[in-house]
Amino acid sequence: MDLNLLTIESARTAVQERQITATALAESFFRKIQSEDGNIHAYLELCKERALAQAARMDSLADKGELLPPLAGVPLAIKDVMATRGVRTTAGSKILNNFVPAYDCTAVTRLEEAGAVLLGKTNCDEFAMGSSNENSAYGPVRNPRDLSRVPGGSSGGSAAAVAAGTAVAALGSDTGGSIRQPAAFCGVVGLMPTYGRVSRYGLIAFASSLDHIGPITRTVKDAALLLRIIAGRDAMDSTSAEVPVSEYSQEIGRPVRGLRLGVPKEYFGEGLDPEVGALVQAAIQALAQKCGCEIVPVSLPHTEYAIPAYYLIATAEASSNLARYDGVRYGFRAAEAGTLAEMYRRTRDQGFGAEVKRRIMLGTYALSTGYYDAYYLKAQKVRTLLARDFDQAFQTVDAIVTPTSPTPAFKLGEKADDPLAMYLADIFTVVADLVGIPGISVPCGQSREGLPVGLQVLGKHFDEGTILRVAHAYEHARAAS
Amino acid sequence: MKVTEADVLRVAELANLELTSEERVRLLKDLNSIVEYVDRLNQLDTADVPPMAQVSDRYGVDQAKTGTQRFAYASRDDVLHGLRPSLERQEALKNAPKSDGEFFKVPKVIER
Repeated sequence: MDLNLLTIESARTAVQERQITATALAESFFRKIQSEDGNIHAYLELCKERALAQAARMDSLADKGELLPPLAGVPLAIKDVMATRGVRTTAGSKILNNFVPAYDCTAVTRLEEAGAVLLGKTNCDEFAMGSSNENSAYGPVRNPRDLSRVPGGSSGGSAAAVAAGTAVAALGSDTGGSIRQPAAFCGVVGLMPTYGRVSRYGLIAFASSLDHIGPITRTVKDAALLLRIIAGRDAMDSTSAEVPVSEYSQEIGRPVRGLRLGVPKEYFGEGLDPEVGALVQAAIQALAQKCGCEIVPVSLPHTEYAIPAYYLIATAEASSNLARYDGVRYGFRAAEAGTLAEMYRRTRDQGFGAEVKRRIMLGTYALSTGYYDAYYLKAQKVRTLLARDFDQAFQTVDAIVTPTSPTPAFKLGEKADDPLAMYLADIFTVVADLVGIPGISVPCGQSREGLPVGLQVLGKHFDEGTILRVAHAYEHARAAS
Repeated sequence: MKVTEADVLRVAELANLELTSEERVRLLKDLNSIVEYVDRLNQLDTADVPPMAQVSDRYGVDQAKTGTQRFAYASRDDVLHGLRPSLERQEALKNAPKSDGEFFKVPKVIER
């Protein structure tokens, strides 16, 4: 069995039909992680005991000849920003270096209830703040497609594990592109669902109005299968929406002929790598000619304001969310401190990395007296303008297609000293987070240097079905050519 | 707007950060370059645009309902245990850097 080629469907079928036991499958993944993850560093923590106990449960069900649950025995990885009961959860930060949650994230619970086997926790930028995974306190992740390059971020470990075949699929989180951009950089599929589609309970908060959990997979169908499991109302998250969940894996089979796909001119201008532009244009041509979609030029006039609005709103929310890390109740505490105030400051000084401090400072500044109206409130108003751009575009099109990232994966260290250059790596992804719409990145070829490039499909609120259909149709048209 | 050294000190204090002198120099430079970049938002006239703090009240909800009615599905009765029992004390203290088995322990707050 070639672990690199397994999908959720084929892994589950193999276990259901007794071609392999869930236990043997999990053990072969642990061996593969042991031998291959040293160079990549996708994993921060393995949960072998928990995985093997779950695998044994699935095997005993199979022994009794019962129909297995939808993810029975499927080995998955979880980004280390999701709480896992009894399994260390660090969010890539030193300040949580010894944190062992007392409960599970809802998405994790739902995966395990569906029979999935959790292999471990994946590396990420500290508190999901970054676009290269270089901000992890535990060292960077390397891109399995080219070890001199970054895997993208912040869900770099999850994307790298799926690309390297050390997990069949993974969960990531997306606040400004952190699922879609690393998926594009590593040549896999990444889906950010609509805001409210998947419960955030147990997701360590970065920016609460922008945080999403979603799947990173090898195929669009796998993304559809995982979304079906993790989606839906959860009483533990008041922002989780009461909107019916579809059978996405069936929906993707519906024809896309006649669907209207918008191509926003603002996404094809200055700053877009010409090779990425050409590959994405070719993908759009394939959607038109092979799949019968109608291509419609659209305009999203406020696009250039998305990054500045995003970095004000996301950092403002982060400065508030990260105030809880004070060394009192959990996590790291600085040793030498005479007073309570000193303990707070030293704990935070020593516990947070440079990028996290930068964002806490920017966010605190944007919210502080005298600057609130000029920065935070202004950014919230621009968020309304961005939402109106999309409301308008979606009156005439069913989905919007763009590049996922302006460039392929860059070299480790290339942007590490220039925060603004790093922020611009998210230029095509942040707006979907601000507006709350779903987006998916699907591989659309590779550059001359062999680096993967992603096509992004954005859809209407709660219409994951359509973007999955478009991505699936494209994936099959590309495979057939 | 330009971020000054005094701003950096004031904001660090608000954020409960101490920062080394090198970090302060670096942050002064970084914050200025980011603030200069985000200042482009001022090119937009937003006088009549309402702010949007979150998307949950705009999409996926019944627009015919107003106020708290719109979110009735997300509320619950105010009862002792709510959705689940609270963590046991021992469980809640497990991750504490310092505790006496009953409370979290921190450096003395009030001098006598």
